[in-house]
Amino acid sequence: MTKIYTRMGDGHAVEMTADEIRTDILAGTEDAADRGKIPALSQGEQDYLVDLFTFEGKIVGVEPGDEVVLTDDGSVNALYGAQSSSGVGVPISRESAIRVYERAFAMDTMEVGHPDYSFKPVKPIIALELQAMESVLHTTIIPMYYGAMPNLALYARPDGPFGNPADLLPMGKIDEARSAQEEAAEACTRDMIYIGKRMAEVGADGFNFDTTASAGDAEFLATLRAVEELARITDLSIEVGMAAEFVLGMHGKVTYDGVRLAGLYPHDQVKLVEKAGAHVFGPVVNTNTRRSTAWNVSRAVTFVKACSEAATIPIHANVGIGVGGVPMCETPPTSMVTRASVAMVKIGRVDGL
Amino acid sequence: MSHALASGMGGIRTAGDLVARMQLHRKMRLPEAKAYVAQKLGVGTRELSDEVAMRELREELDIGVLTSVPGAARGLEAKARIASLLEVTIPSVERLREKIGPG
Repeated sequence: MTKIYTRMGDGHAVEMTADEIRTDILAGTEDAADRGKIPALSQGEQDYLVDLFTFEGKIVGVEPGDEVVLTDDGSVNALYGAQSSSGVGVPISRESAIRVYERAFAMDTMEVGHPDYSFKPVKPIIALELQAMESVLHTTIIPMYYGAMPNLALYARPDGPFGNPADLLPMGKIDEARSAQEEAAEACTRDMIYIGKRMAEVGADGFNFDTTASAGDAEFLATLRAVEELARITDLSIEVGMAAEFVLGMHGKVTYDGVRLAGLYPHDQVKLVEKAGAHVFGPVVNTNTRRSTAWNVSRAVTFVKACSEAATIPIHANVGIGVGGVPMCETPPTSMVTRASVAMVKIGRVDGL
Repeated sequence: MSHALASGMGGIRTAGDLVARMQLHRKMRLPEAKAYVAQKLGVGTRELSDEVAMRELREELDIGVLTSVPGAARGLEAKARIASLLEVTIPSVERLREKIGPG
């Protein structure tokens, strides 16, 4: 039987038969359906994915007219940054890199972001960030976000003033770990509101909370509270992009609008993000490196489709390295990225990527 | 880049930035945002991502073009025209109006 040249979730090449690909697509969607308590893909949708992954051409694309809006996180770090940002080390300024993304890379939106890309270290250098934003706003046409990560872990010792739940929990100090996260979340919310207000004052179009809930449910709460306040007092367009498909219960008890945050999947996350007042939501589905890309894409679009159906605001699915079905490697194969891209549009029914 | 080629609207090569603005500022889902921009531009939704059609139309409307055309609206100038065309508030344009308004 003919073998299809495809990829594993870690990016390495693998040869599979069409039947093996079909089996993986079924298993991927069933895994998402089971974990998220959501519908699996229909037979027609599975057949579409089989066609996508057995097509022998290297790259694929959507039909003309079906294109979606692109937003980015980390953005120009990929040009001037180092390996930690998947950067290629081009000696180019941040402002110049943004112009390149607008005028040469066909991006629909872009963002200004600090190389460290967390809100906490931005606060003491806010004047520099405002200056960069003002400069960029004068010379660009596409909508411009300011973006960074809530990154609650930076507020815990030794990097911050609050207790570290990763130290306290193994010692059985559950209450102390919870209190530390609550205190850290309040400080994180204050910092994000401060930076957002300043960005709104200079005319930024939007504010992007990237990799939200990376430190768990308390970080998600800190972000939702910041979104709520910034939506109330500014004209910023607010995007919330997640860190993972599942909100970790590092605290376990925090709630927002009466909903326990720990354990939420994308289709439930988006309802709280909407409630807080955000304009765009970026769901994440993690890539399993030990399974095929066909399995991962099938699983990812099952979650994202449920999220898109539940949402009233635009959904921009995360499809970068290691998320949204894209292989987890520094140089994700174009063949697999374009297949994940098409699947998100045609089956995930996203408004953007 | 792979996403831009496979499924991206095309930014200022097309009308990607305009559709994005309606999503960002008005929370419009994609079909609504495309229909709104297409109506304002007087084109069909498929033409919004047609590089040739939009290259000509963007220059005609003077809302910023991809290639460097002397005399064409740039940066904030183009955004001011986009704000009027789409009837949408663009914060940096509002700030410009405040700066040049009666002191």
